[in-house]
Amino acid sequence: MDSAQVDPQIFQLQHRALLIRQDIIKMLAHAHSGHTAGAMGMADIFAALYFSELNYRSHQPRWSDRDRLLLSAGHICPVLYAALAQAGFFPHEELQTLRQLGSRLQGHPSRTYLPGIENSSGPLGQGLSQAIGMALVAKLDQKNYRVFCVLSDGEHDEGQTWEAILYAGQKKLSNLIAIVDRNRIQIDGFTEDVLPLESLADKYQAFGWHVLEVDGHHFSEILTAFAAAKTIQDKPIVIIAHTIPGKGVSFMENKPEWHGKPPTAEEAKQALQELNKL
Amino acid sequence: MTKALFLSPHLYQPTLLSKKATRDGYGDALLELGRTNPNVVALTADLSESTRSNLFQESFPNRFFEVGVAEQNLIGMAAGMALNGKIPFVASYAVFSPGRNWDQLRVSVCYSKANVKIIGCHTGLTVGEDGATHQALEDIAITRVLPNLTVICPADYWQAFQAVTAAAEHEGPVYIRLTRAASQIFTTARTPFAIGQAQVLRPGNDVTIIGCGPLIYEALLAAEQLEKHSHLSVEVINMPTIKPLDERTLLNSVNKTHAVVTLEEHQVVGGLGSAVAEVLAENLPTPIEFMGMHDSFGESGKANQLLTKYHFTASHIMHAVRKVAARKQK
Repeated sequence: MDSAQVDPQIFQLQHRALLIRQDIIKMLAHAHSGHTAGAMGMADIFAALYFSELNYRSHQPRWSDRDRLLLSAGHICPVLYAALAQAGFFPHEELQTLRQLGSRLQGHPSRTYLPGIENSSGPLGQGLSQAIGMALVAKLDQKNYRVFCVLSDGEHDEGQTWEAILYAGQKKLSNLIAIVDRNRIQIDGFTEDVLPLESLADKYQAFGWHVLEVDGHHFSEILTAFAAAKTIQDKPIVIIAHTIPGKGVSFMENKPEWHGKPPTAEEAKQALQELNKL
Repeated sequence: MTKALFLSPHLYQPTLLSKKATRDGYGDALLELGRTNPNVVALTADLSESTRSNLFQESFPNRFFEVGVAEQNLIGMAAGMALNGKIPFVASYAVFSPGRNWDQLRVSVCYSKANVKIIGCHTGLTVGEDGATHQALEDIAITRVLPNLTVICPADYWQAFQAVTAAAEHEGPVYIRLTRAASQIFTTARTPFAIGQAQVLRPGNDVTIIGCGPLIYEALLAAEQLEKHSHLSVEVINMPTIKPLDERTLLNSVNKTHAVVTLEEHQVVGGLGSAVAEVLAENLPTPIEFMGMHDSFGESGKANQLLTKYHFTASHIMHAVRKVAARKQK
């Protein structure tokens, strides 16, 4: 992280990301189930999205001119829930109901349950197609909102993801911004061992996309990429965000075994102590 | 009853009835919707002409989306469009959509209650020469298990036209099952149609035939023969909406006849017959003969040859009616 910098916006985003990470650890420990590593790794990106980049009204979640943020990799939803709660879409204390019976915070996100959720997801590979549909409607209706879609790298194993990448490139959908969480892990291990994806940037480029790569924990890089995305007129944009799964907690970082499990009470306590030192 | 339904005046004269496929009803209704409803958009996966989407495509190119041979992306894009206020009609062959993209239909569409209309063409044996891979015989089963999804199988051209129009007005996902082959048009533009309502095409007292799709016309011919030659009074119910099922019309009829034949160009497992059996088992246990595919794939051949080989002709229906009438008397 760029802690040495004094830029007040970046300082605020760093603090926001810390709050999001704390929420993720508390939610998952309380729920006794859920996916930790991916959610922690994307906290900086979600802080930048919800507290700098996206145009929305939390009191009017279906405001027609809002930017749409679709989460394709539904299993990292704790990061989305934490960001939405902190952005005021629903009461912050509701985070503690994650995965419980009757909760609006389902184990994988459901559009019909919770304000701020644009798409139901969980089964991988379905988000980008829906984002394309929304981006096409924006063009059809001559609206200026943009459509962001957060994908995991693992879900690039799915054929549907490539159907969508091929289509969007051909349609030159410049109001579509895909953000790939390139954390290099999936359930069965490292992506390059399970089904190698490299060179991912070259693949997107070959399919007609404008490719940006960032350190997903470096706010000035993230914000620069968002600014650059606004200038692209004739292509969809993909931001490949290189992230560290479990970022912020030493014993979780880069460990595939933290993909799909929650911290125990003791692990959560230790994680929160580490985070507080950041 | 014929009068109230405004059926064709030549109902029992098949050679006098004109013929068109139910997919043509889709194409013509979609074109009309293009004119009347600016929110209607259409998508197809490299099957524009044979799903009859091309009529809409030619008139409303800005609202038409060709996605290529990519049925998962097809239905996902439609979901995104629906969640942003459009009414997307997604047309392909049923073996591909909802066959290949069932998970996307389940999560992107049904779970989100996205207002997508799924048009499955080329269902049933009457697909003909293309053979088993292209003859959808399982689509009712895989769609009627999905929460929030309405399932419709129109009986002829006009009913398809009306079902498509009704689907556009219905808020929520709808699957419409269509056929390739031209079949007798026995309803008219004036025949009333509403989602969830069955039609008693012919009243009777001894046996109830319940069917969906163009095959129901064969049931009418069979019923007339049975009345003439076997003194059996057969009620024929067209059940275009498989989900939600019109339980009231079904139970009213079976309370009278106490014997049922179900008829569909679909596997008997999971189809209309199963839906009927579920209702009757719970409310009014009744002998049923299930006419449909009995755990087998189709094959190549002419439509009429296939209907004969797999026991879907009027004479096979007559046999089933006699059989269930005999079971009732035991």
